[in-house]
Amino acid sequence: MEIGVEDRGNVLVLKVSGRIDHLNASAFHEALTPHLSHCSADGTPIVLDLSGLDYISSAGLRIFMIVAKQANARGGRIAVAQMQPLVREIFEISHFHLVYEIFASTDDALAAISSTTTTTA
Amino acid sequence: MQIRFWGTRGSLPAPLTAADVRAKLVAALTEVQGRSLETPAAVEAFVAGLPLSIRGTFGGDSSCVELIDGENTNHVLCDMGSGARRYGVEMLRRHGPDNPQTYHVFMSHTHWDHIMGFPMFPPAYLPGNRIIIHGCHAEIAGAFHRQHGAPSFPVEFSQLQAAIEFVVLKPDTTTEIAGYQVTPLLQRHSGDSYGYRFEKNGKCVVYSTDSEHRTEQSEEAERFARFFNNADLVIFDAMYSLAEATSVKEDWGHSSNVIGVELCQMANAKRLCLFHHEPTYSDSQIEDVLHKTRRLEEITRAETPLEIITAYDGLTVTL
Repeated sequence: MEIGVEDRGNVLVLKVSGRIDHLNASAFHEALTPHLSHCSADGTPIVLDLSGLDYISSAGLRIFMIVAKQANARGGRIAVAQMQPLVREIFEISHFHLVYEIFASTDDALAAISSTTTTTA
Repeated sequence: MQIRFWGTRGSLPAPLTAADVRAKLVAALTEVQGRSLETPAAVEAFVAGLPLSIRGTFGGDSSCVELIDGENTNHVLCDMGSGARRYGVEMLRRHGPDNPQTYHVFMSHTHWDHIMGFPMFPPAYLPGNRIIIHGCHAEIAGAFHRQHGAPSFPVEFSQLQAAIEFVVLKPDTTTEIAGYQVTPLLQRHSGDSYGYRFEKNGKCVVYSTDSEHRTEQSEEAERFARFFNNADLVIFDAMYSLAEATSVKEDWGHSSNVIGVELCQMANAKRLCLFHHEPTYSDSQIEDVLHKTRRLEEITRAETPLEIITAYDGLTVTL
């Protein structure tokens, strides 16, 4: 599992790749945590680009839930984009599509997030 | 070995309503759509082809599961939810009132939905019967005593005519009971709960309900994978969606279908049975969870398939 960081103007794009399961979920959380501190109502929204994510288990999804709660608590906005079909299906079966805004592409997510300051999820 | 489900709902019994039955009739008749159903056999075949959510119901009784072994004259049961009433009635019908029987009951824990069937369990009222209640909670006897007598029930525990014994088991320790090798395991639940691994003649069934999992803690995930290892059947608390279990219902002590699939795949188990259904779910919602769980297994399968079934009151599984 790797996380690439890209500053796209007023939005932070975190590109997640590899697999996230019970063996590396904690490491994934630790890697995300520094970036969350700026995700607040008047801070930097985050787009998680999941195009390189091959698989996610319940352990990884729990981290996604924790991250969503942390962002929401600060009034921040976080979305996911460009999921591979398998990951998208896991998200839907787990009902995480009810937790996160999901966009077909990172550009779609950036456009949506940049166009509004309201909080979601 | 056979497993018979007498109660499969979580938290509270959930009987069908008149509106539920009417909706099933409407759905069934809608499915007819020009078919010729002129003979009883044609009607039977048509009904048999309908999904369970239309032709029947997953049922509404709370947790009660029977282990059946042809060699064993003792009866073995997991939990005493409301399903224990029908089980007890069936035992009386089958054996009669003058033919004393021995019952071994393994208790996951003593929350209300898991003990509420005992006051309505007919064998407890008949002299000569022996009921041995096994569990890992030190206060297990007190929980059973407390729900009898005023102000909760008209019959005091002391008035029950069967010989009733309580046996406190030690977690992680295998004991031979009623012909089975039985191993309890501590689970995450309010007040603790315990799963049971039963092994006999090369077959294995694991009863693991009312158990919340934190699979991001790899040691915990691996502990359960060892407990489920190579099981022929894992009966698993799949009460919530994963999103619910990790958010609004976190720390409510229950799990999800997604975690059941993952742990069974890690354990190389053969069959996963979704159990402890959310009482607010309709039959069609439970069926939808089953279909989605099968799809999850399909897209995450490594090599050996894991069969996914869902429990309903009256289901019998042969191992």
